[in-house]
Amino acid sequence: MIRIDRRTFVAAAAALVMASGAALAQTAAPAGGRSITVASTTSTRDSGLFDHILPLFSKKTGIEVKVVAQGTGQALDTGRRGDADVLFVHAKPAEEKFVAEGFSKARKPVMYNDFVLIGPKSDPAGIRGTTDIAAALRAIQAKQAPFVSRGDRSGTHQAELALWKKAGVDMATAKGAWYREIGQGMGAALNISSSMGAYVLADRGTWISFKNRSDLDIAVEGDKALFNQYGIMLVNPDKFAHVKAADGQAFIDWVVGPEGQKAIADYKIGGQQLFFPNANDAGA
Amino acid sequence: MATDFASALAAAFGLIVGLDPAFLGVVALSLQVTLSALAIAAVIGLPLGALLGISRFPGRTVLVVVVNALMGLPPVVAGLLIFLLLSRSGPLGAFGLLFTPGAMVVAQTVLILPIVVALTRQVIEDLWSEYGDHLRSIDLVGARAVPTLLWDGRFSLTTALLAGFGRASAEVGAVLIVGGNIAGHTRTMTTAIALETSKGDLPLALGLGITLVGLTLAINAAAFMAGRIGARFAG
Repeated sequence: MIRIDRRTFVAAAAALVMASGAALAQTAAPAGGRSITVASTTSTRDSGLFDHILPLFSKKTGIEVKVVAQGTGQALDTGRRGDADVLFVHAKPAEEKFVAEGFSKARKPVMYNDFVLIGPKSDPAGIRGTTDIAAALRAIQAKQAPFVSRGDRSGTHQAELALWKKAGVDMATAKGAWYREIGQGMGAALNISSSMGAYVLADRGTWISFKNRSDLDIAVEGDKALFNQYGIMLVNPDKFAHVKAADGQAFIDWVVGPEGQKAIADYKIGGQQLFFPNANDAGA
Repeated sequence: MATDFASALAAAFGLIVGLDPAFLGVVALSLQVTLSALAIAAVIGLPLGALLGISRFPGRTVLVVVVNALMGLPPVVAGLLIFLLLSRSGPLGAFGLLFTPGAMVVAQTVLILPIVVALTRQVIEDLWSEYGDHLRSIDLVGARAVPTLLWDGRFSLTTALLAGFGRASAEVGAVLIVGGNIAGHTRTMTTAIALETSKGDLPLALGLGITLVGLTLAINAAAFMAGRIGARFAG
C-alpha cells in the first residue's frame, strides 16, 4: 500500500518539477522579436501618450518598446544601473548631469508640455485664475493652505522645488503640517489632493486624462516658469555592453524625427493637444 | 459612493464578458507567474519542510522560528532585494532577468517558500509524532520517510500550498519593483489595479479587484473539491 502511494507521489513530484521548469524557462525566455526597454516617467504613461505613439513605431520597425514608468529620479537611477536602453524623462539639469557622468553620450530635446497648479474650487489661498506661479505659491505658504508634494525626486517634484525656490520660499524652514510629501506618483498625488482638498503641482497631460477630479480644478496656469521639457537619451553602450544601442538609437531617431514629432503633436484628449514637439529647438 | 460600486461591478462584468484580449493577457500572465512560483516553492519547500519536521539537530528551534518569521517578510523588501540581485549592476545581472516575468517568478517564490516550508514543517511534525514509531518499525527513517509522510499529509498540505498561492497572487509590492509593470509584458492583475488607481479610474481598478477575488475564490473552490473527491477515493 505504502509503496504504491510513494511511487505515485514521486511521479507527481517529478511532473511538478518538469512543469515548473518549463514554466520558468518560458517566462524567463526573451521575447521572440526585437525589443528595447525604455525607462520613462509616470506622466508620459498616465497621460496615454505612449499608448498612442509606440504602436506606430513598433509597426514601422518591428521593435517592441517595453516601458517601465517611474519618477524621473528613479528612471535615471535605472539607467545608471544599466537596466534600461533608453531614458525618456523630464528634468533637464538632472539629465545633463547624467550625460556629464558618462552614462549617456547625448541628450536630445523631444517635446514640452506645461505644469498646472491644481487646487480645490473653494480656493483657500485665493489664487484661482491668476497666472503668477511665484505669487500663488507665496499665498499658499502664507495661508498655510494644504499642499501635496510628490516628494519622490521625480521631474515634477524637482520642478516644484525649483518653483518654491524661485518664489523665495525656503522649504527647509517653511515646511509644516500644511506641506505633505507623499512620495508617490502623479496620479496618487492627484487622488490624495482630491480627497483632502489640497493644492498640487501636476503636468497638464496627467491632469487632462485624470478621472477622479471631484472638487479639483486648475488654479494657476500659463506662467512661463511652468514650462516642462522632456528629453531622451541612449544609455551609454560603452558602459553597459548589453545595451541595445542600434534599436535604442532607432527609437530615439524616430521620436525626434518628423514621424515621431508628428505623432506626438497628433495626440489629443477631448480635442486638447497634450504635448508640443520641439526636437528642432537645440536649446530646449 | 453607491455609484462607485455600481460602476465597479459594471466594469468587472464588462471585463469578464467582453473578454478583452489585453485583460485576458493580464489574467494569463498573473496565473502563469503565480503558478510557476507555487510549483517551484512546492518542489523545494515540501521536502525541506518535511525534513525540518522530522529531524532534530542543534539550532533547529532557531531555524523554525526564522522560517516562521520569514512568512511575514514584507513583499516590498523581498522585491528590493531581488531587484538589487537581478539588476544589471547586481551579482546576477548577466542573466538579464530584471523587468521580465522570470524576475516576478523569482520574487514570488522567495515570498511563498517560507509559507510552504513552515506550514509543511508543522503538518509533518504532527504526523511524525503520531506515526513515527510505526514508520521506524518498518525501517522508514530520515529522508526515506519524507515521501510517505508528505503523501499522508497531502490534504493538509494542499492548504499550505493554497496559502502560498494566496500570498503570491495578492502581492503587488515585489512584482511592481522587479517586473516594472510593463504593459503586455509584466503587467499583472495587482499591478494593473495599482496603475488604474493612480490614474484615478477607481471603478476600473475596483472592477479588476473584483475579478481577482473571483478568480482566487474559483481556484480555492477547485482545490477544495479536488481534495474532497481525492479523500473519498483514498477512503
